[in-house]
Amino acid sequence: MTEIIRFLIGFLLIVGGFLSLVTAFGLLRLPDVYTRNHAASKSATLGVMSILLATFLYFYLEHGHFNSRLILAIIFIFVTAPVAGHLIARAAYHSGVKLWDKSVQDDLKNKKEYEQQNSN
Amino acid sequence: MLHTILQLTLLLVSLSMLGLIYRLIKGPTTPDRVVALDAIGINLIAIIALVSMLLDTFAFLEVILLLGILAFIGTVAFSKFLEKGEIIERDRDH
Repeated sequence: MTEIIRFLIGFLLIVGGFLSLVTAFGLLRLPDVYTRNHAASKSATLGVMSILLATFLYFYLEHGHFNSRLILAIIFIFVTAPVAGHLIARAAYHSGVKLWDKSVQDDLKNKKEYEQQNSN
Repeated sequence: MLHTILQLTLLLVSLSMLGLIYRLIKGPTTPDRVVALDAIGINLIAIIALVSMLLDTFAFLEVILLLGILAFIGTVAFSKFLEKGEIIERDRDH
């Protein structure tokens, strides 16, 4: 394994660890569910994808072991994590979780009122 | 050098896990806890990848894909339960 590949793997690992720390800070410090969901679904996905890419490179270049499950896992996480985030945010809105006090605009609220008026 | 970086990254991911567990316990609403659990599942995948690199074995790499699928199914089921009150609907009721 050449030194520059080692450097690349180390860089990807550091980026992944930093992004997962950013996720934790976002979940601790942001004010409401929607902003926290925004932080969690994006940075955690990118962080774990870069760590898995580093793992794949490590096993491929150190042991010559081409692990296709890791590539499948990277693609699967890339496809499903935003979908899961979208579903949680939607469920939170429809189960009546309030937005942050300082939010300025809520387009779905007007839509809900409009539908109620039309049904009555 | 790579070993040190691996241990440092494991430390960072574990610290982030602690923050997520705090949000899981304290989170004011149920969707907060579901978001935290989803992120914990994703972080657990990263921890498994790092530990399998530290132990220098590729026996645990199946667990990564399995855990990704399980975390996704759990989150989808939970959000459907929060939104509609049931997970598997019966067609005849509508």
